[in-house]
Amino acid sequence: MMTYEKLLEKTALEDDRFIVMTAENRALVRNLPTSLGNRFIDTGITEQTMLGAAAGLALRGRKPVVHALSAFLTMRAFEFTRTSVGIANLPVKLSSFIPGVLSDGNGPTHQAIEDISIMRGIPGMEVFAPADEEDLVEMLPQIWATENPSYVRINTRPAIMKHKPYVFGKAEHIFEGKDCTILTYGFMLEESVKAHQLLCDLGYQVGLVNLRNLKPFDGDLISKLATQTSCFITIEDHFLTGGLFSILAEYLVKNQILIPTHSIAFEDRWFKPGRLSEVLIHEGLDAKSLVEKIQKFIQK
Amino acid sequence: MMNEEKLVQLQQFAKRVRNHIVPMASDGGCFLGASLSAVDLLTYLYVDHLNLHKGNLKDENRDYLFLSKGHDVPALYGIFAELGWIEADRLKNHLSTEDHIYWHPNRNIPGVEFHSGSLGQLPSVSIGVAMDIIIRGGENRVYCVMGDGELNEGSCWEAFLVANAYKLDNLTFIIDRNNFQANMATEDLIPLESLVEKFESFGMMTQRIDGHDFMALEKAFSNIKGQTGAQVIICDTVRGKGLPSIEARADRWFCNFSQPEIQELLVELNEGFGANLVAETLVVR
Repeated sequence: MMTYEKLLEKTALEDDRFIVMTAENRALVRNLPTSLGNRFIDTGITEQTMLGAAAGLALRGRKPVVHALSAFLTMRAFEFTRTSVGIANLPVKLSSFIPGVLSDGNGPTHQAIEDISIMRGIPGMEVFAPADEEDLVEMLPQIWATENPSYVRINTRPAIMKHKPYVFGKAEHIFEGKDCTILTYGFMLEESVKAHQLLCDLGYQVGLVNLRNLKPFDGDLISKLATQTSCFITIEDHFLTGGLFSILAEYLVKNQILIPTHSIAFEDRWFKPGRLSEVLIHEGLDAKSLVEKIQKFIQK
Repeated sequence: MMNEEKLVQLQQFAKRVRNHIVPMASDGGCFLGASLSAVDLLTYLYVDHLNLHKGNLKDENRDYLFLSKGHDVPALYGIFAELGWIEADRLKNHLSTEDHIYWHPNRNIPGVEFHSGSLGQLPSVSIGVAMDIIIRGGENRVYCVMGDGELNEGSCWEAFLVANAYKLDNLTFIIDRNNFQANMATEDLIPLESLVEKFESFGMMTQRIDGHDFMALEKAFSNIKGQTGAQVIICDTVRGKGLPSIEARADRWFCNFSQPEIQELLVELNEGFGANLVAETLVVR
């Protein structure tokens, strides 16, 4: 099976524009120093310098794929991404490790639950959140092919479903449903798929969309679904502000689409750290809790 | 060894650059003091040292100069005007939205390698370019011009660690040591000395010279070749150099003078008579 690391290795070996960089976060790229030689650059625990150097490498025609833990990649290095990469619109590709609830037991220092919000605020930056490793590997060749900077919420969890082929900028519309449509992205698709099944078992007709891209946003699909479903429910392991709920709200208001819209997200607080399975239950993000919330939304 | 003719040529070039800079300190103003302190070292680099000319500005084998202390960009534009990279008349467009000449550099101006203005931004970008040149086996060099106040930024020191780790022998950091940061003498706010020891302890070959002495500049830049890692040249300079009425004054950082004052300053610059300045001093930061 193709993994993130094997795909990156293959891509870099086929195209010498690719440089693999890390701020000493080697979890995803442990085997690449051997195969890529001096095109593997570990700058140590220096997210800022890594992003600045990535801009310099891109100025010389390279496509750096940079790795760090999500919180530090997005926030410690933010100005370097915004100012050196963003203003020049250089093709630096950010691979963000343990975003959202995937930071499980680390605590709030490591919780990147504002990453979508701050990265999409950079003009030209493309933002993606694959649902699992299969989805990730399906999407990455097109993400890395663009000449724009990009931010990817890396998710290497095993796939829980067979995904449709990726079309750049387009969401994966998994199920149709007139009672409501769940919009989600990244890791939260896992629990959403389980919740979807439970709701179907209860007799509801529930739609499900794996967004895949947060920017560009698949507005065409949203416009279409708004005529076919009774309400939207966004589910995300992100702050309520600035993520999918905000993106959806911006789109609906801008296009004067009136439809009931509900959100499941972190409202102005960090989540309780712990084992992932326990975090989900504690925060009401496990399938059973999602079903309870969604039933209430539908009955409103 | 630099001959007298070359020395006079450089001095005259630098004076013409200062004549371009001073008028930009009006009708909106500019960072005049920091621009004047960097004129001589930038003149030396662009006129006599860098492998960079009008015909190779996009050539991948050119030398790269990154102006990390971006607020001294009037010095850069004055030099570009003298070199014929931009029309001298264009400098009159300073702060006009019809052109791209504003308080910090941007790549719309031929010869500007990268935008800057956020201090501590370009050491890391310089590192990326230097790394790529080494990966490709290139002979070209990278120069990063920094302010002394800029050294307050932690990102500079992070970058120095990485430059040392990767033995970037094609990279030179140049410090315009004019002894002032925005509003104060550096040593009164965040003391930097002793700088030579600091840089040496980071593993970089470090020289300290008079940044207004072209012969010293020539000697220092001839010493950087053949080193095993990144190097530093600390250029001791005077903020506002060339205009005694604003030289080394903490309150003359960002300057916005009236037209009559600009005319007086030009007389001071060229003929040595002191200007009578009444414009209120401005502190932006």
